[in-house]
Amino acid sequence: MAKCPECDADVNVGSDAVKGEIVSCPDCGAELEVKETVPLALALAPEAAEDWGE
Amino acid sequence: MNSRGAPTPAPRVGVLLSRVRVEEKLLLQELQSRGVETTVIDDRELVLAVEKRPDLGVDVVLERCIQHSTALYALSILDTWGVPSVNRYEVAEICGNKLLTTMRLIRDGVPSPRTRVAFTPESALAAVEELGYPVVMKPLIGSWGRLISKVNDREAAEAIVEHKDVLGTYLHSVYYVQEYVPKPGRDIRAFVVGDETICAIYRYSDHWITNTARGGRATNCPVTPELNELCVRAARAVGGGVVAIDVLEGAEGPLVNEVNYTMEFRNSIDTTGVNIPAKVVDYVLEVARAATVKAAT
Repeated sequence: MAKCPECDADVNVGSDAVKGEIVSCPDCGAELEVKETVPLALALAPEAAEDWGE
Repeated sequence: MNSRGAPTPAPRVGVLLSRVRVEEKLLLQELQSRGVETTVIDDRELVLAVEKRPDLGVDVVLERCIQHSTALYALSILDTWGVPSVNRYEVAEICGNKLLTTMRLIRDGVPSPRTRVAFTPESALAAVEELGYPVVMKPLIGSWGRLISKVNDREAAEAIVEHKDVLGTYLHSVYYVQEYVPKPGRDIRAFVVGDETICAIYRYSDHWITNTARGGRATNCPVTPELNELCVRAARAVGGGVVAIDVLEGAEGPLVNEVNYTMEFRNSIDTTGVNIPAKVVDYVLEVARAATVKAAT
């Protein structure tokens, strides 16, 4: 478990989470990036840029 | 087996990515479940020495960058040095630009909406008037339906053109204008892997922009022989590989609207019942094996 950097809520990720994975904060909905899995560390995911997309 | 009769080693796959979204996670899980030696290459940490062949320790690179420019230039370097990739540089270059895509579709006789291109605000307005309202104006580069404008009358056209001219970067000063194709509340997204349309979805929306990233709802769309043929032709026109084709159901027949080269598919697996990541991984391994065979002969 780690704290959401946006709203400080407790955020859990699955045991199969990998570095770089994007998860959502269950409380505030912020998009978070898994920076480390052990120990779990989360950061706000980057904002979309103009040429992002599929 | 190689030419000397020895077993060909299993291909090693590099996955070039920016973030592990649902799609990347499913692809990584699929590779892992098959025991494929896989290297995750984070494009934010990547440094490529362009003067020599990148030593990534892989036989093929599956490109899953979120940023078009990153994908484009990384693939350019891999392509120059003969590192196999899915998709190839050419496909990213064409699909990443709506005008280049349109020109390939026209070259290969794939039906697409009527399009005009102009380079000044004045000629852009003339193009709009010639096509007749409503029209759709799109940035050449961009996705998820961003900055796409449906222009219903002259006043709106003047406002959009002025905004592009004053506020946009130089890329927004190339005016790409398309006829608006009325659609029955939906369009089609078809997924092509190699020479097959593996599945397709209808995207329903009350809004004229139907991207699922913008809230469109997905249901299964049967892949008829006609849809398969159209989409495979569109895929080949842009260079082939793993692509998603957006099809509009026009009054006089289907029209290919766009082709996406780093496709998102999270909403389409359960909807279609097709294991899209498995199909993609099959194709990636095939590309690697073909390259290995070619290199050995």
